[in-house]
Amino acid sequence: MLGFVYGVAAMGLTLIWGVMTVINLAHGPVIALGMFGTYLLFTHLGLNPYLALVPVAFMGLIAGFVIYGTAVHRVINAPHLSSLLATFAVNMIIIGLGTAIFSTSPQNIDFPLGSLEIGFLTIPYTRLLATLGAVLFTAALYLFLYFTRPGKAIRAVANNRRAAELMGIPSSQVLALSFGLGTMLAAVAGGLIATFFPFTILSGGPYELKSFVICVLGGLGNPLGALLGGLILGGLEGLIPAFMPVSWVPVVEFGLFVLVLLVKPSGLLGAK
Amino acid sequence: MKSWRQPGFWLPLVIVFLWGGIVLVLRQDTVRETAFTVLMFMALASSLNILLGYTGYVSFGHIVFFGLGGYTGFYLISEQGWPLLPAALAGGALSGVIALLVGLAVLRLRGAYFALATIGINEAARAFVSNFGPFGGATGLFVNFSAYEKYGGAGQALWTTFTFLWITTLAVLVVSYLVKHSRFGLGLQAIREDEDAAMVMGVQAPRAKTITYVISAFFPGIIGTLYFFKNGNVEPGDAFQLHMSIEMLVMVMLGGMGTVLGPMVGATAYQGLRGYLLTSPIFKDLHLAVAGLILLLIILFVPAGAVGWVRGRLPALRRVLE
Repeated sequence: MLGFVYGVAAMGLTLIWGVMTVINLAHGPVIALGMFGTYLLFTHLGLNPYLALVPVAFMGLIAGFVIYGTAVHRVINAPHLSSLLATFAVNMIIIGLGTAIFSTSPQNIDFPLGSLEIGFLTIPYTRLLATLGAVLFTAALYLFLYFTRPGKAIRAVANNRRAAELMGIPSSQVLALSFGLGTMLAAVAGGLIATFFPFTILSGGPYELKSFVICVLGGLGNPLGALLGGLILGGLEGLIPAFMPVSWVPVVEFGLFVLVLLVKPSGLLGAK
Repeated sequence: MKSWRQPGFWLPLVIVFLWGGIVLVLRQDTVRETAFTVLMFMALASSLNILLGYTGYVSFGHIVFFGLGGYTGFYLISEQGWPLLPAALAGGALSGVIALLVGLAVLRLRGAYFALATIGINEAARAFVSNFGPFGGATGLFVNFSAYEKYGGAGQALWTTFTFLWITTLAVLVVSYLVKHSRFGLGLQAIREDEDAAMVMGVQAPRAKTITYVISAFFPGIIGTLYFFKNGNVEPGDAFQLHMSIEMLVMVMLGGMGTVLGPMVGATAYQGLRGYLLTSPIFKDLHLAVAGLILLLIILFVPAGAVGWVRGRLPALRRVLE
């Protein structure tokens, strides 16, 4: 179940990587911002957390435009280190401001929906709805990328930026749009996670690391792979505790991560 | 190369030598603590620079060697009763061996894939150590106070640790300079510019990269042991902070990558800035945001770092500011 939500967060990361080969280190804080966006809308305006996802997604898109315009655009052709550090600087700014405003005490969205019982399985409705939301967003992204003009432009730029420019595609706008979409997915994933786990401004970090693992599992730059990787990781987190103590889960996750990078850096689905 | 005649060789060494010497003469605890932190980051940033600045490989999880070396040295001191110096060297040696094994595999990756793999290694090591019995698991290890007795009590032991760190920092700077100006270093810089072309020209890239990785992992191992010995305890959260790893990168960038003096300048500037922001009444809540903003401005507008910028502007100083 969680796997779908992880998958959405990772898709954001992998989309940005696929289009502009930038690893977005500001991904975690954006996830945390998504959590806080949902939280604020819920507690102050009484908005249903699932309806709140729509404005949160929109804010994520805007945040992406802003980050792209201020931090990423100038270093997009520079060596990797520059873009890594530029996005990390954004990470520090968001976390710094967030800590000053929200402090680091844990918050919680109190919105229980009961749970569904199938035989001996008990599934909370929040998880079911989160899964549904994740699937809907994935489907929407797929339709957007494959059946609309801006979506096709994104894929063209990802494929070959210079050729796309020659065909009259305004690549800067397309890059800004894809960065916005990437952060939008992160914000949505954050909003979904917020409905079942307590969170602080710092809790984006672990999900960012998980997103790296997932992206590499599925192949960097491959949205479908990201979803698959998310499912695998979610499955692992459910299965491993059956064999060994829970605290070993990260050892297995990151061990697998390094192993996949070494053996098959193009990921399980092997995009190019 | 007659490096002892070059002003660029002596400048960083003399600065660090005088500074450490003054601290030892003054013998004030607060001065020593400040100097310890800055010297530590100087040495860490410089050893990272040997890999990052000369070969262009971005190691995002370099702190893993600091943690692993620190854990090993600390274990030897507190559980096996080793003296500090051999324990620190053993910590460094273990870091080097692990770097050799890891490097043989990971250094085949390039660019962002390498950066991601180093993050993965750091997280895997942290998770592993948290579960590893002899190293105390998630709670870590505590030093037995009798270990300090050998050095004439805890207060005196801190001074000994500082002296070792001072010598280590000098050693890192010497190695950094020698690597940069050797034939080997020229090969590394060729790898940085274009690895394939360098290989065509006869640079044995895989071997050179692995050796460099080992060198740049050895010193953090030593420094880790010294640092955790000074602190008196070691735990996974402190030893493998990804955040500190990135701070090292920031320092190298601030000062200018690929220069000997750069990481020194960067470490001092970053520590000074952080100290100022943390204590100033206006910025103390926002220190992280302000530091991030400054970092962003530097990356966007002065990508060569402070030393690189000065070298670009004033060619006359190039022989002095290596």
